[in-house]
This record gives sequence, C-alpha cells and structure tokens, in this order.
Amino acid sequence: MSNPEPFQFAIEANDLRKTYRNNVKALDGLNLRVASGSIFALLGPNGAGKSTTIKILTTLSRPDSGEARVAGIDVLRDPQRVRRSIGCVAQKPGVDDECTGHENLTLQGQLHGLHGSELRQRVDSLLDRFSLTNAASRVARTYSGGMKRKLDIAMGLIHHPRVLFLDEPTTGLDPEARAELWVEISRLSSEGLSILLTTHYLEEADRLAQSIAIIDRGRVVAEGTAEALKGELRGDSLEIELAEPTSEATINSALQNVAMLSEFQIAAKTLHARAEHGATAVPPMLVALEAAGVKVASVKVARPTLDDVYLRHTGKTFQQAEAQVNQ
Amino acid sequence: MNFVSHSWFLTLRVLRHLMRQPWYIALTLIQPIIWLGLYGQLFKRVVELPGFQTNSYISFLTPGVIIMSALFGSGWTGMGVILDLDRGVMDRFLVSPVSRPAIILGRLVYLAIVTVVQSLILFSMGYVLGARYAGGAAGIFVLLIAAISLGLPFGALSIAMALMVRKQESVIGAVNFILLPLTFMSPVFIASTLMPGWMITAARLNPLNWAVEAGRVALSGQPDWPLILLRLASLWSFALIGIWLATRAFRAYQRSA
Repeated sequence: MSNPEPFQFAIEANDLRKTYRNNVKALDGLNLRVASGSIFALLGPNGAGKSTTIKILTTLSRPDSGEARVAGIDVLRDPQRVRRSIGCVAQKPGVDDECTGHENLTLQGQLHGLHGSELRQRVDSLLDRFSLTNAASRVARTYSGGMKRKLDIAMGLIHHPRVLFLDEPTTGLDPEARAELWVEISRLSSEGLSILLTTHYLEEADRLAQSIAIIDRGRVVAEGTAEALKGELRGDSLEIELAEPTSEATINSALQNVAMLSEFQIAAKTLHARAEHGATAVPPMLVALEAAGVKVASVKVARPTLDDVYLRHTGKTFQQAEAQVNQ
Repeated sequence: MNFVSHSWFLTLRVLRHLMRQPWYIALTLIQPIIWLGLYGQLFKRVVELPGFQTNSYISFLTPGVIIMSALFGSGWTGMGVILDLDRGVMDRFLVSPVSRPAIILGRLVYLAIVTVVQSLILFSMGYVLGARYAGGAAGIFVLLIAAISLGLPFGALSIAMALMVRKQESVIGAVNFILLPLTFMSPVFIASTLMPGWMITAARLNPLNWAVEAGRVALSGQPDWPLILLRLASLWSFALIGIWLATRAFRAYQRSA
C-alpha cells in the first residue's frame, strides 16, 4: 500500500471539461474542493454531470482538459496510485452475481494485493461489519438490493482506501435499507474516511453531507453547508394555525405593524407568512394577534429546503430538471 | 508478477461461474455428442469414397468435432465480457489496480482449460463409438494444443467484438454468421480432396483447417512433424493478432468512457 501522506483536500478538481462524442457537454469547467475527512455531496438531477465527475476522479475516464487530484495524487499522471487509494461504489453494482459474498470480497482483496491471513481477516471483519456473515456463502444473486449494496460498499473498502466514492448509493433501495445505509455512511466518515457521494435526493444530501455542491449542466452553481445554502434564501416560512376562521382584513390590520413579517396569505384557518428570521418574528407576531383578539392554535417555522435552494440557483425545480433530462 | 496472479484469480472467477451451471455444461456437450453419435452413424459409409485416409468415419470425424467445438466455445467468450460490462463488474475491476491485460488473459486461460476438458470428454466419446488412432499420447497432445491454439484467436476476437459493440445479439450473430461457414468450408466432416476446387483454396486460408489438419496428422501413424509445426505456428500468429486486437479494443473501451 502507498505511504499515507497527509493531504489537505481529499479531492481537488480544477476546471474539468468533457464533451462526449455525441456532442453532449458533460462537464463545463467544474471546480471542486473536498475537505479531508468530510462527507461531500454532489447534488443534481440525472444528466447534470455527477457521474462523469466521479468517473474522472476514479480514473475510469479522462477529461478533455483540466486537472484533478484525489488523496493528493494526480489522477491523470498517476492513475495507478489513485486506484490504490480510493474505494468506489458505482451506480451499477460491481458485484458478481454468480459468486458468493465471500468470494466477491476475496477476489477484490486479491486484486488489491492482499493475501493469506491478512486477507481472510479483512474479509471476515467486513462481512461482520455489514451484517453479511450469515449470507457470506450464498451467491450474490440471492441478495436483496440493500444487501447487495452493502456488499458493494464492503468491496470498495477492502484495501482501506482513504477516499470513498459513492455514486447514488441509495438509489433503488427501500426506505428502511436507505436509512440503514445512511447510518453506515455516517459511521465510515466518523472513522476518518473522506467520502464524496452523488445523489439526486435532496434529503440525502441534507442528512449526510457536511458540504454540498449543486451541480447543473456540468458546473458547480452553488456550494456550502446545507444550512449556509438555505440561509442564502431570504427568510423562513411561517405557518400559523388559527383557532377559528378569520378575515383577511383583520389579519392585515393586526400584523401591519410587525415589521419583520411579509407576504401574508390566509386560507380559512391557516395563515402563511415569511420572515427573515422566523424564530425572532414569532413573539411580536403572537403579541399583535393577541391584541387584535385572534386566537392562535399552533405556529410552525420552516427553514427553506434544498429544493428552494436548487430552484434559486438553477431557475428550475428539481422535478423540472429531471423531467427535462429524461426527455 | 501481478499480471500472472491477477490473470489466475480472474480465471478462477469464470471457472466458478461454469461450475455453478451444470446444465450449461450439459448443454454445450449435447451438440458435439449429437454430431459424433448421429452424424457419425449417418455418414458411416462416406469413407468408401476415395480421399479419406482411414476406413473408419468416426476416427475421421472425432478430431474434427473436437476442433469445431473448441471453435464455437471460443466464439462465446465475449458474452461473459458483455455481462461484466452491463453489471458494472468491469468498471469495478478498472477502478482497482488490477493488471489490465489480465482481464483479457483471465478469460483466455479459462477458455483453454475448458477446451482441454471438453476435448478429452469428446475424445473418450469417440473412443467408445470406435475411433482408434495409431498416433497415441503424442497425437492426443497435439490435438489438444491445436484445439487451444484455435480457440485463443477466436476467443480474443470475440472479446474484442464484445468491447466494441457491447451487445449480446451481435456476438450471437457473429458466431453464427462467421463460425458456421468456416466449419462447412473445412475438412471437419469430409476429406478436403472431395471439396469443390474453390473451396479447397478457401479452406487453405481457414484457421479451422489448420487446426484440424494438425490434429489429424498427429493422430495418424506417421505424423509429418514439419507440417504440424507449420500449422500450429500459423495458428499462433493468428492468436497474436487476435490478442493484439483485443487489447486495442480494450483501450478504445476505456477511452470512450
């Protein structure tokens, strides 16, 4: 195994460009910095360039121009060393269906140069870690989707990689298997592994990643923590449930002096409003409503979702973007 | 060193696939057994025509069917490659530090092992049906070498094709449209002296012919060793071209990613 050298960024990509032969521009000047030891999510709809980025960073493909380093190693100049330092779980399962879990892991270890008792121990500990010990001697064809994905990740970890790539790790899994995998991914990160994952589930990026890059048409259009990205949107949304139906006029006159609130909308007993900081706007709002004799049943403050963030940066909702690509 | 061990690990993987599909083994053996059993009976008296250097058709036919089966077996090699491409197994190998030529060589070594086993089964079958040879162990050995040497180039070409077209249908089509005519324009079933003139010329350029000839001559009582070596050397040259093309196709596949 290569000598571990310290690196500040698990992944650095500068101005990656790639156009496929059919003239589809997959990457259009993509830049990326992934801090060592963190989970970083590339978020975007299908066709945004996520998989191409992963392919370049894992040495499966070469960019037309630009450069990239993974674990401090140049992917174009030294792909063989990169391969020894990374683990990769692609969208298509790399599991051999006709071999058992044990055989799949063993072969992967052998290709990475492990052998003897070291290999056996590593295989056993990974089977155990991913709760696959009981299924280890069954051929992978008989595994559920979740089990197969876990085996796939175990195969990516066999050689103690320093950077792990997960390309849409939970696509096609049922909610239970997805939640289980989220726990496992967080655990890997807490053990110091740097992880780049791509997803088109906003919730997944929100839940798992310390840092998110929104990618649209081959470039990063926004980057930061989920909270920072959402914080850029002006305001939270407030949803106030009233005790009884109230007229718009009453509400308007009651709240006109609460400067922090805007955009009132009332439908029957539900009042919607926006505020720059939802939490600080609630007390004066309640006071004002009380003074006007309006009884409040409940108040809900919602932070903007990544969906809102995506809309802001790309000018379309996630669903629209997906639909465009699928056409 | 990595190259050798990686090739072997990958060979074992494909062997494992085969061992888990006993019905597949049975299916691949049924066809040549039908050729030997039925065709051997049906055309039993064809050896009464001049040109056969034997009076036993089954003795004439057995090496031909062995070589033909090696040819068809090699043609299917690309199918497994396409499965690996479709299932992401190939990409999984390519992101690992596996020696790239080992990915091709693993399949070819597997092919050679399967060819030897299949040839020995068919040879025994021929023996049971009455095929006898003066050539002895050396003759059988040369026949096996000829079968392997014919399988390697076609196996490599099948892999090359799989990497380029990536569709199972195309490989199936190629096997039928290329290998079948090659078989019938060869002395597998009939002595070459009985072929029409133009076909004799065509058969001289047919690698299947080289392998059948090398095998039959070696099994005869008085093997013509210079001729055998010439035929085998031609097959090996062809194999080198096939393997070269397969590695080229492999690089092209990686570039297209």
